[in-house]
Amino acid sequence: MMVTASKELDTYLSDFELFEKNGATKGPSWIHQIRKAAISRFSELGFPTTRLEEWKYTNVAPIAKTRFKRAECEANGLTAEALARATLEESACVQLVFVNGHFSRKLSSLRSLPEGVKAGSLAAAWGSDPASIEPHLARHASYHDHAFVALNSAFMKDGAFVYVPKGKVVERPIHLLFVSTAPFDSAQDRPVGLAHESLGTAVVSHPRNLIVADDGSQAMIVESYVGVGTNVYLTNVVTEIIGGKNAVIDYYKVQRESEEAFHIATVQAHLDRSSNFSSHSIDLGGALVRNDLNATLDGEGIECTLDGLYMVTGRQHVDNHTRIDHVKPHCSSRELYKGLLDGKSRGVFNGKIYVHKAAQKTDAKQTNKNLLLSEGATINTKPQLEIYADDVKCTHGSTIGQLDQDAVFYLRSRGLDLATARNLLTYAFASEMVGRIKVEPVRAQIENLLVTRLQHGSRAEDAR
Amino acid sequence: MLEVRNLHAKVGNTEILRGIDLTVNAGEVHAVMGPNGSGKSTLAHVLAGRESYEVTAGEVIYEGKDLLKMPPEERAREGVFLAFQYPVEIPGVSTTYFLKAGVNAIRKHRGLEEFDAIDFLALIKEKMKLVEMDQSLVNRPLNEGFSGGEKKRNEILQMAVLDPKLAILDETDSGLDIDALRIVANGVDALRSKDRAILLITHYQRLLNYIVPDYVHVMFDGRIVKSGGKALALELEDKGYDWIKAEVELAQPTIA
Repeated sequence: MMVTASKELDTYLSDFELFEKNGATKGPSWIHQIRKAAISRFSELGFPTTRLEEWKYTNVAPIAKTRFKRAECEANGLTAEALARATLEESACVQLVFVNGHFSRKLSSLRSLPEGVKAGSLAAAWGSDPASIEPHLARHASYHDHAFVALNSAFMKDGAFVYVPKGKVVERPIHLLFVSTAPFDSAQDRPVGLAHESLGTAVVSHPRNLIVADDGSQAMIVESYVGVGTNVYLTNVVTEIIGGKNAVIDYYKVQRESEEAFHIATVQAHLDRSSNFSSHSIDLGGALVRNDLNATLDGEGIECTLDGLYMVTGRQHVDNHTRIDHVKPHCSSRELYKGLLDGKSRGVFNGKIYVHKAAQKTDAKQTNKNLLLSEGATINTKPQLEIYADDVKCTHGSTIGQLDQDAVFYLRSRGLDLATARNLLTYAFASEMVGRIKVEPVRAQIENLLVTRLQHGSRAEDAR
Repeated sequence: MLEVRNLHAKVGNTEILRGIDLTVNAGEVHAVMGPNGSGKSTLAHVLAGRESYEVTAGEVIYEGKDLLKMPPEERAREGVFLAFQYPVEIPGVSTTYFLKAGVNAIRKHRGLEEFDAIDFLALIKEKMKLVEMDQSLVNRPLNEGFSGGEKKRNEILQMAVLDPKLAILDETDSGLDIDALRIVANGVDALRSKDRAILLITHYQRLLNYIVPDYVHVMFDGRIVKSGGKALALELEDKGYDWIKAEVELAQPTIA
């Protein structure tokens, strides 16, 4: 097949040549093989368009059109103080900080890491500990049909590697904090002011994470994404999670990118017999956000819970695509995503449950609930069940609604003003998801963000 | 305290209140009775400020002020309370949290110091005894999964905490078994005072065995067609509403 790459693709292809020549590509040859295969696949796929069913409501043209510069910089001048709003209490967790996708030892705190547990730079690990990486990396998140996974796989340079050995229980959460910064102007000792006209100064990072929880182990992993400054940047992350037999993984992804940012993420979990995987996906930031969360239940007796909360306003766009593959019998999955949409924001939810022929006695339940807080907000929600087994219990449903006027009146009749009544009901809607967060510092953080967001909202309403 | 004059209100194009006149003084208990669809609940909601009803004529003077000009929260802060026939369930907000926000909004309006958590807890504990509610119920999300009786007791608890000047009880007795009715009614009766007026909207007489009203009004077709003392309630219980209907219909040709 003749591949006619557009100008947009050419930029990436020539950048890849540069990337390869550059010393940054030092590393084992198998990594090199993955990168080459991935860029070749990307050149075939190109950026997705809204003609593709999976991208029908999410137009990534703004990403395709932007000329991004690969983020090379390390933690230039970034201090722990500057990160304080995003970090979790040091005593409460193990914290790994990544600046523009690069691991920063200086900003990380690994002191309380239990013996045998590995947590650090993926790039360092694929050099020093390939036996732990090679069997898993790029084996689960496929770059064959997802252009952004292909891009990530082609340009992957660093990210987090977490390994929890057999039977080990890690009590404290492991926090992976990803910070995007503007390119640093060393002469001025401050980030370069970025404006829309200065195309080419927008940076892209492709963090690549690998989390392996061996048989019978238990861990809580928190990924946070934040931006410093208000520049345009793209975070294109891929996380692969491998859960062994009986492993218990509590996974959180908290997306608080800056308001001009693009955030594209694929999380691929591969789970073995009797494991327990729960995911909490929280989206508050970003201009254009797309999450693909896929879980493959590849053993009997697995329990999988996918929770999600998205809260957007202005012109934010957030798209959550999830897919649960029930491959083996006797697994259960529970999925609940809730959305709060204000301003002219747009939400997309697409939840697919795929029950394979062998997956008898599957018990799957999926729910998506949305609250539209303004006339201009939009949600496209699509639950999808594909069932090839004949003895299963699967339900799905979605709701779209506005604030209940009876409830608003009830609260006002007790003396609460309109804004307070609306905020309280909005809070009530979201708080169910917050309440499901088991990592206390994360729960407190989200609770605060939610309350702050609601107070800002009411101020804006008062001004109108 | 409350002067309702020639009040007309409609929902959409349907006129439901067609000229209500009612005077209620402090310390009095008035029962408003009437068959289904007579406009009793509409009257209650219009007084509390529900925006889905449109007042087309008449006026309501409350404590010398134009009640109809006030948004619902201001009416509450000025001392108007409505116990709902169908209290709303609000998952995610506990009764305690919500009620503290309400009582403090009212106290602030009245120039009183707001309650802190400890003061409020003491207050709510004391008032809970009145309706025989226990702590676990008020810590639960507001009305979620409450039985009918629990919801109504929760309404009366709210009334006790918010300490209104004018309490309007919209069919607080409906759907209750005799035990729940006794608890709710005793709670309301305990809240009778010379400074407070109570408007009991009810379909049945049995509530009035516990809370003996000073006045009984009968509503029919959007108007108060008959007023009297507590004996009127017993007469209605005995004879039903048909004789009222007949009386009204008989009177109609002369009106026309």
